[in-house]
Amino acid sequence: MVEIKTAEELNKKYLREGMWPTIFCNGCGHGVVLEYTFWALEELGWDMDKTVFSSGIGCSSRLPGYINADGLHTTHGRAIAFATGIKAANPDLNLIIFTGDGDCAGIGGNHFIHAARRNIDMTVIMINNFIYGMTGGQLAPTAPLNSIATTAPYGNIEPPFDICNLAKSLGANYVARWTVNHPYQPIKSVKDALSKKGFSLVEFLAPCPTAFGRRNKLGDIKKHWQWYEDNTILIEDYERIMNYGSEKEKEEVKNKFPIGVFQDWEKPGFFEQYEKLVNRLIEKDVKKPIKTKAVVRK
Amino acid sequence: MVIYKRNPNLIKKVLGNKIQFLLGDMACVYGGIISGVSFFGGYPITPASEVAEGMARLLPRVGGTYIQMEDEIGSIAAVIGAAWGGSKSMTATSGPGFSLMMENYGYAVMTETPCVIVNVQRTGPSTGQPTLGAQGDMMQARWGTHGDLEAIALAPSTVQECLDFTIEAFNLSEKYRNPACVMTDGEIGHLRERIVIPDENELELIDRVEAKIDKNKYVPFTNSQTRKNCKIPDFATFGTGYRTYVTGLTHNEKGFPATDKQKDHERLVKRITSKISDDAEKLVSVEELNLDDSDVVFVTYGASARPAESAMDIARKKGLKVGLLRLKIVWPFPEKIITKLAKDVNKIIVPEMNLGQIYHPIKEAACGNCEVISAPKIGGEMHLPIELLKYLGGEI
Repeated sequence: MVEIKTAEELNKKYLREGMWPTIFCNGCGHGVVLEYTFWALEELGWDMDKTVFSSGIGCSSRLPGYINADGLHTTHGRAIAFATGIKAANPDLNLIIFTGDGDCAGIGGNHFIHAARRNIDMTVIMINNFIYGMTGGQLAPTAPLNSIATTAPYGNIEPPFDICNLAKSLGANYVARWTVNHPYQPIKSVKDALSKKGFSLVEFLAPCPTAFGRRNKLGDIKKHWQWYEDNTILIEDYERIMNYGSEKEKEEVKNKFPIGVFQDWEKPGFFEQYEKLVNRLIEKDVKKPIKTKAVVRK
Repeated sequence: MVIYKRNPNLIKKVLGNKIQFLLGDMACVYGGIISGVSFFGGYPITPASEVAEGMARLLPRVGGTYIQMEDEIGSIAAVIGAAWGGSKSMTATSGPGFSLMMENYGYAVMTETPCVIVNVQRTGPSTGQPTLGAQGDMMQARWGTHGDLEAIALAPSTVQECLDFTIEAFNLSEKYRNPACVMTDGEIGHLRERIVIPDENELELIDRVEAKIDKNKYVPFTNSQTRKNCKIPDFATFGTGYRTYVTGLTHNEKGFPATDKQKDHERLVKRITSKISDDAEKLVSVEELNLDDSDVVFVTYGASARPAESAMDIARKKGLKVGLLRLKIVWPFPEKIITKLAKDVNKIIVPEMNLGQIYHPIKEAACGNCEVISAPKIGGEMHLPIELLKYLGGEI
C-alpha cells in the first residue's frame, strides 16, 4: 500500500470524483472534519468497500456525497435509524454517520438517544455549528444562550443541548468533543471512536461564518475560528476548576465548552449481544426434532 | 457475524405444521419469514402489534434481526437501511404509524428501495378506534407521501391471503424496487382461519437483481444495464464495492444531487413511476365472481369483500344478477378492468370500511358508463350483508 503523506494524496484516495465543487461556504468547518475523518480512516487502514456513510439533512449531511464509498443520504434526522438497519443487515460493515446539531440533537434526537442506549455499533460524527445553516440560520437546539438566529432575532432564551453529556448518560462506549481548530486530538478521537464496538460519538464544534458568525458579530473568518479557541477548555481542567477552583476561576470557565474525551469504556455492542441470542436459539432449534404430527382435514 | 442466508429447512422447522389455525397478523409474519425476510423494525401499535410480536419470536430463530425501534419513523428508516445492507426487510403498522412513515415511504420510492410495509388498517382521523378494523389508509398508501409516485398495494381478504400476499408483496417490491404495502385491516388481522403453508417447491420467490457488471461501468439510477427494456436499475448492495451514493434529493443517473435540474428530475421521476405503470396490466390481480351475467356488481377489496360476497349469494338466491369483483392488488389500480366492467353492467356498488376511498378511482375509471355507488361503513364494524342488499334497490 502506498503511504499517504499529504492532504492531496489523501483527498485523491478518499474523495469521490465528479462531486465538486462542494456546497460549503468560505470558513466553514465541515471540510476540516471530513479531512480529519479521512486521516483517521487512513491510519486505521480500513477497507472503504466495507465502510458505509449515512447522513440526514443539512450541510454536514452532505459530506457522504463527497466520499468515495457507499453513502445513504437520508431524511432529516433519521440517519442513525437508517444506519441501524444497514448494520443489522450486514454487521461486517463499518457505519459512520455524519450529522449536524439540528439533524441529530433536534429532529433526530430520539433516534440518537435510542441508538446510544442500545449501544448500536456505529460512530456518529456530529458537527455542531449552533445553527441551521442550510436553511439560512434558524435557531438550533445547541445554540448558546443569547445567541442570535433568524428565528431568535432578540437572542436565544432556551438552554442549549449538551449532546456529549447526553450520550455519556446513555452509556455510549466512546464520547468526545473537539473543535475543528486542532487536528491531532480529533483525528485520534475519531480513530478511537471508529475502533470501538458499540456506540461512539465525536462532536465537533465547527464555525459557520455565514449563518452564525455573521449574525452574532464574531468577526471575520479568522476571528470566528479564534472564538472557538477562546471559548473552549479541556474537560480535565474544566472539572478540576469547577470542583476545586476559586469562585473567580469558576466564573471564568463556567460558560466555556469543555472539550476532550467524556467517556471511554467497553460495554458489549448491540449486535454482539444479538448474535449470541441468535446462536442460542438456532442451536436449540437444530437440536429439536421436527414435529411430524400434522392433522390434515379435508 | 454471519450474514443471514435463507434456510428453507430451518424456516420449515420454525413455522411448524403445514396446516394451522392462525391469526391474520401472524400469517403476515409467516409470509415474511417464508419470503426470506431478515430484518424487521417495528413499533407497537394496535391492531398490528401481533406482527411485531410474531417477528420477535420467530425471526431470531431463522437468523434474522428483529429490533423494536423507537418509533414508526425509525422503523421504516431501519427497514430501508437494511434493504441497502442486503436484507429483505419489512415493518408492520396501522393508521397513525403509517402516517408517521409517510416521509420515509417516499424516500424508499425515490431511492428505489425494496421493502414491505404491512398496514393492519384502522380508522381515523387521528387515534380513532385503535382496536377496531377499518380501511382508513387506502388512499394514504397511494398519495400519502409528497410528490409523484406509483404505489404497490395488496389487500388480503382472508388469513391465507395475509400469508400469500405478504410473499407477493415481497416479490413485487423486489422486482420493481419500490416499497410494497400489504393493506390488511383490524378485522382480517385479528381473524383466525385455517392456513396452508406452501411447500418450498411451490414457492416463487423473486429477489432483486444485483449489480454484477464492471464497477467502473455501473450506473446506479438508470435503466437496468443487464436486462433489455427494463427501467428497473440493478441493485448495488452496500459493501459490495460499487460505492453507491443514495439520496432522496433529485439525483442524476449516477446518483449525484441534481436538485435544480428540471430534466434530471423529470427523467428520474418518470422512470420510477413508469417502471410500475408500464406494467399495470400485468399487475392486475382480481377475483371475479358471477360477472358473466351480472347487472349489478360489488367492486371491493379486503375485509369488505366478505360481506359483499354473502350479499351477492343472498341476492343470487332471490334471482338477482349480482356479481363481485374483488381487487387483490389495489394499487396499481386495475383501470381497464373497471372501465370494461362499467360498460357491461348497470351499476357498481363499492363497499368500503371508510367514507369512500377506492370509490373515487372506480368512478373515474367507470367514466360515466354505469352508475357507481359508494357503500360506506365506518365505526369499526363490518358491513352486514343485509346492509349491502339495500343498495341493490327495492326488490329485496
